[in-house]
Amino acid sequence: MLVIGFCLAPGLWQLLTSFKFNADISAIPNIYLPTRLTGVHYVELFARRPFLSYMFNSFLVSILSTVLALGLGAPAAYALARLRLPGEGAILTAILIITLFPYILLFLGLLEIVQALKLGNNYLALIIPYTAINLPLTILVMRSFFQQLPRDLEDAAKVDGYKTWQTLTQIVLPLTTPALVTTGILAFIFAWNEYIFALSFITREDLKTIPVAAAQLGGTAAFEIPYGPIAAATVVGTLPLVLLVLFFQRRIVQGLTAGAIKG
Amino acid sequence: MATLELQNIRKSYTPNVVPVKDISLTAAEGEFLTLLGPSGCGKSTILRLIAGLELPTSGKVLMNGRNVSHLAPGDRNIAMVFQSYALYPHMSVFENIASGLKLRKISTAEIKQRVNEVVQILGLQELLHRKPSQLSGGQRQRVAVARALVRQPDIFLLDEPLSNLDALLREQVRAELKQLFAKQRAPIVYVTHDQTEAMTLSTKVAVLHQGILQQLDSPQKIYSHPANQFVAGFIGSPQMNFLTVPCQRNNALVGKTLIPLPKSFNQASEQIILGIRPEDIRIAQSDEQATIQGQVFLIENLGMHNLISLKLETQYQEALVVRALLPTASHYRESERLSLVFPSRAFHWFDVQTGDGVRDIGHSEIDER
Repeated sequence: MLVIGFCLAPGLWQLLTSFKFNADISAIPNIYLPTRLTGVHYVELFARRPFLSYMFNSFLVSILSTVLALGLGAPAAYALARLRLPGEGAILTAILIITLFPYILLFLGLLEIVQALKLGNNYLALIIPYTAINLPLTILVMRSFFQQLPRDLEDAAKVDGYKTWQTLTQIVLPLTTPALVTTGILAFIFAWNEYIFALSFITREDLKTIPVAAAQLGGTAAFEIPYGPIAAATVVGTLPLVLLVLFFQRRIVQGLTAGAIKG
Repeated sequence: MATLELQNIRKSYTPNVVPVKDISLTAAEGEFLTLLGPSGCGKSTILRLIAGLELPTSGKVLMNGRNVSHLAPGDRNIAMVFQSYALYPHMSVFENIASGLKLRKISTAEIKQRVNEVVQILGLQELLHRKPSQLSGGQRQRVAVARALVRQPDIFLLDEPLSNLDALLREQVRAELKQLFAKQRAPIVYVTHDQTEAMTLSTKVAVLHQGILQQLDSPQKIYSHPANQFVAGFIGSPQMNFLTVPCQRNNALVGKTLIPLPKSFNQASEQIILGIRPEDIRIAQSDEQATIQGQVFLIENLGMHNLISLKLETQYQEALVVRALLPTASHYRESERLSLVFPSRAFHWFDVQTGDGVRDIGHSEIDER
């Protein structure tokens, strides 16, 4: 209980703050459990700023980069798991090293590339790096899942007449749904929360993503910190992730039980 | 119609790992060919070579006289039952059975009809909409067989399909399989390490050891005329007795008894191996000559028979141990002395060096069909 409370407290504090009146937020001593609730910060968020458009941007970038990471990563992982490739060990080591690389270090190089390719203020400037950063993890996780699949299944598919690509899409991938969902969620969360690339490569207001927009919420005066709207923005930004995980949690469990081959 | 022929098939992974060495086999229409051998003898690899899941290093796989060595498994019109059944877990029983037909672009109506026929035979009607995870082991096995039958292939390949069933079910399914495949015209290649399955199901047995074909014959012949010591020891339970005995001119000395050697035997050799099955040994009647004396040291009751281990009395140092399968009707005690008869028709002679069978030419000519 203590641990759960410790983990949830900041989130809970933000949630409560987002519903408090301004007077209650700045009241001393602290008002922990507000007696009056208001939705004014949320209204303000969507009325004063194009928050719906931020959310749309975040969704678009996250979903596209997730789909790309899975679409490119799963076949690569399958090849690494099943084919006898020359230099397989070297490829795997390289992939592993890439995951160890702190991605901030890529930032300057990427900035140059974005400038050179004139991708600034373009969704692609986010989608491509996000995909690239998520790929190694996707490949490693998917590969270990593919290796756990019994080889007989794929042999049976071959004898039945499935071609390699059909085997992958009709036999192997449906059986690895839990892995796809898990890695997909991780990739999505990363893309959804990413801040630095989103801050630097996108300057146009209508292309900004939620983390950037939330951070840039400012008060009317320089010294005013709009705690209420910031808290509301945090909640709005986190809610989709929570819903997503809760929704797919069922799929993960389903997938695990349906994957049984022998009793 | 459908025939399968393997010509000098060889498969090597590295120069030292050669699971299949120069195997030639044929299976004609209506034949049930069993590849029998201990684990690691290359039998599964041969099956995978026939299926096209592995490609031979050299040699050819012919189907209906056509070289299919480099065709993909899906293009060979074969059907295979796997040891683990390999049912697609995310598909229903119907989809599992129909998947191979769907890929061959067969009309939905015909697929339904063919699946229904097969399902009737195997009694799976009630289970069509279940997932494999909701089936028992025996039911899964039947679905796997149904998936093969529905394809109406040129050749059936079965890879130890009974080894995942418990002993009681195995016997039942074995009988079912025999009836089922007796009606099929396509040749069947069956892989097993279980000699009972091989003996009961097949019309032809290929005994394999270390990637080399030891003997290819009918089950009866394999049992009655094993080509060498390996086959003789592998087939039959309890295992055949092997007695390494000294030769004296035209006779072998077993215990204190002289037994005439086969005529074809090379007289120069000093020793020979005499093989005799425990079930062929019997107790001597009081008036019989040429008996062999032994002392009981172990009695194992197998229910129908007693398996009795005896030490033979010899004129030389080494003790000879023989196991005999005797009826439970009479009672035996440990350290009791028994007079045994080794019927000469049950003798199998093997060369000490090579283990090859030494045939009595006179006998074998009569035994030839």
